[in-house]
Amino acid sequence: MTTPIVAFLFLLVPVASLASSPEGVPLRSAEVDITDQASLQRGARLFVNYCLSCHSARYMRYNQMAKGLGLTEDQVQGNLMFAADKVTQPMDVAMSSNDAKRWFGNPPPDLSVTARSRGADWLYNYLLTFYKDDSPHRPYGVNNLVFKDVGMPDVLWKLRGIQVPVYKEVTDEYGEETSVIEALELQTPGLRTPAEFSRDMRDLVNFLVFVGEPAQAKRHQVGLWVLAFIILFFIVSYALYREYWKDVH
Amino acid sequence: MNGTRTGLLSWIDERFPLTKLWNEHLAQYYAPRNFNFWYFFGSLALVVLIIQILSGIWLAMSYKPDAELAFSSVEYIMRDVDWGWLIRYLHSTGASAFFVVVYLHMFRGIMYGSYKSPRELLWLVGVVIYVVLMAEAFMGYLLPWGQMSYWGAQVIISLFGAIPGIGEALTTWIRGDYVVSDVTLNRFFALHVVALPIVLLGLIVVHIMALHEVGSNNPDGVEIKKNKDEHGIPRDGIPFHPYYSVKDIMGVAVFLFLFAFVVFFLPEMGGWFLEHDNFVPADPLKTPEHIKPLWYFTPFYAILRAIPDKLTGVLAMGLSIVVFFFLPWIDRHPVKSVRYRSPLFKVLLALFAVTFVFLGYLGTQPVYPILSELGLRFSELYFGFFVLLWVYSRDRSAGVFWTTLLVVLAVIGVIDWIRFDPSKGTLMMVSVLIPVVYFVGFLVLPVLTRLNESRPVPERLTAK
Repeated sequence: MTTPIVAFLFLLVPVASLASSPEGVPLRSAEVDITDQASLQRGARLFVNYCLSCHSARYMRYNQMAKGLGLTEDQVQGNLMFAADKVTQPMDVAMSSNDAKRWFGNPPPDLSVTARSRGADWLYNYLLTFYKDDSPHRPYGVNNLVFKDVGMPDVLWKLRGIQVPVYKEVTDEYGEETSVIEALELQTPGLRTPAEFSRDMRDLVNFLVFVGEPAQAKRHQVGLWVLAFIILFFIVSYALYREYWKDVH
Repeated sequence: MNGTRTGLLSWIDERFPLTKLWNEHLAQYYAPRNFNFWYFFGSLALVVLIIQILSGIWLAMSYKPDAELAFSSVEYIMRDVDWGWLIRYLHSTGASAFFVVVYLHMFRGIMYGSYKSPRELLWLVGVVIYVVLMAEAFMGYLLPWGQMSYWGAQVIISLFGAIPGIGEALTTWIRGDYVVSDVTLNRFFALHVVALPIVLLGLIVVHIMALHEVGSNNPDGVEIKKNKDEHGIPRDGIPFHPYYSVKDIMGVAVFLFLFAFVVFFLPEMGGWFLEHDNFVPADPLKTPEHIKPLWYFTPFYAILRAIPDKLTGVLAMGLSIVVFFFLPWIDRHPVKSVRYRSPLFKVLLALFAVTFVFLGYLGTQPVYPILSELGLRFSELYFGFFVLLWVYSRDRSAGVFWTTLLVVLAVIGVIDWIRFDPSKGTLMMVSVLIPVVYFVGFLVLPVLTRLNESRPVPERLTAK
């Protein structure tokens, strides 16, 4: 990475929305596509390398993941399975919940259905907007734009680099001057360029959306056949109705 | 072949009234020939009931009613049970579909005056079915044991705590614990899968028997039994089977298309059928920021929240449901169908539908002062509908209209005086225009104009 440090305006946050409520940040669209198996595979690799040491996905089994990602069970066992012995096992973590409590205050949540509770866009923005925060109450020296004062350290900083907030003076609703974060600026580049990193995060979110409901692809596929059948059924029932009702005046 | 069949049939008929039942309820049950779109929803409710019972049986085979296991067991159904995701989505979509169909079915009844004599009992049984269905849905929603399951149940059960004296003891008795817990989950499971479905099935049989005793109403609100031919068959009636059986099957096809579309492509319905927060396991120590029931309860929830005093709010919410039981006696206007009732009545009915939907929307929103204020105003319109229904139910002198207007405006004034809050003064002054315009319009126009005159009802059914 020898590219000069370019001011990368990550997220243009509308004035004032941030100081009062971090929830009000407009979300960048994740635009995930669960039929893109290459993206799911890249996402799975990121997940097992960066997330699975602390976060489980305990309702997901390795062999189920293999099926959804278009991989053989051997491929999964050799490349993506570091925390289990058998492919039929769920994606659990070795860390005990007592250790987790001691280290993080709260055990890191299971991520099986997080994409369904938070939504893909939220996850995407959460992963993109970690920034440096040196205030003494931040144990890991980072904060997040969509999840203020989050307990999680920025485990992806090596890929992302270090972002610092750009502040702006605004007048809030009570007429007082406050400074709000206007954008995030890349201070130290990481192993990935911002564009590459965004794509990585999209892959990771895509994988989490898949994990949220592994049957999605099948559901859509079966759904088309079911609807087609019901249309046929309707045509027959309509013809029957016309035939019988001919003599009702 | 034919001989054996007839032989078998007569063998059965000598021992069980099979042919008799078939004829009474299908082949020789004469229904008006002019049923329109709105008459599909009765048979569709039956279809949804069957979907719910079948998918429910298969869910119960893998579901674990245990606070430690419930959430996980639902996820295992979604992932490890063959077609489990389909069974679960059929059931969760079916719950919402049930209310869609039942609300349209009830609205049909109100539109065409189907609760009026001689169908009062039919209507009453229907309202009981609706109330039991609400209980069934409420208890079923606890079972996935997500955050909204848990906190929704917590909030709704705590409403009983508003009853003076016995309230607190009653809520503990319902939960079986001081908070919603494993005990509550177990008993709700028992009630949801055994007790209430049995009650529901029994009531539906009574509902259909009552219907077939008095005969179906129709969009004209004309009694077809008053005009029979020499064989005693209504001239405007056609046998339910095959005419309406084939027509209803067509309706079922259309319904199933929409239903399957949701099941396969939009099972969460953007958070309306499956709430996002319900994918977080129940946590008794962490109250969600915004607790809301599913959409089919939100009109009543909006009425509850609109009233600052808890007991009054609970009573108003209760009344907003109970009032349906009294509908046959509130509205005794001789003209049944909206088709022949006055222009003002048509507007009144349309506004009631709008009020119900808008209250439903408000019930899903977080509490902001302006929304709470609108909630109260639209609650006033909700109850106002029934008052006006009573006033309109026969020809009345101008004095009755003026008196009613004075009383209603006085009540609104007293309510505003009791709840007056200087910080919301302007908001209250502006929003009071909503009920004032509503009541002045509906109570003054009948006196000054001829807009509240019904049209003559024909002797026989008109063409469709």
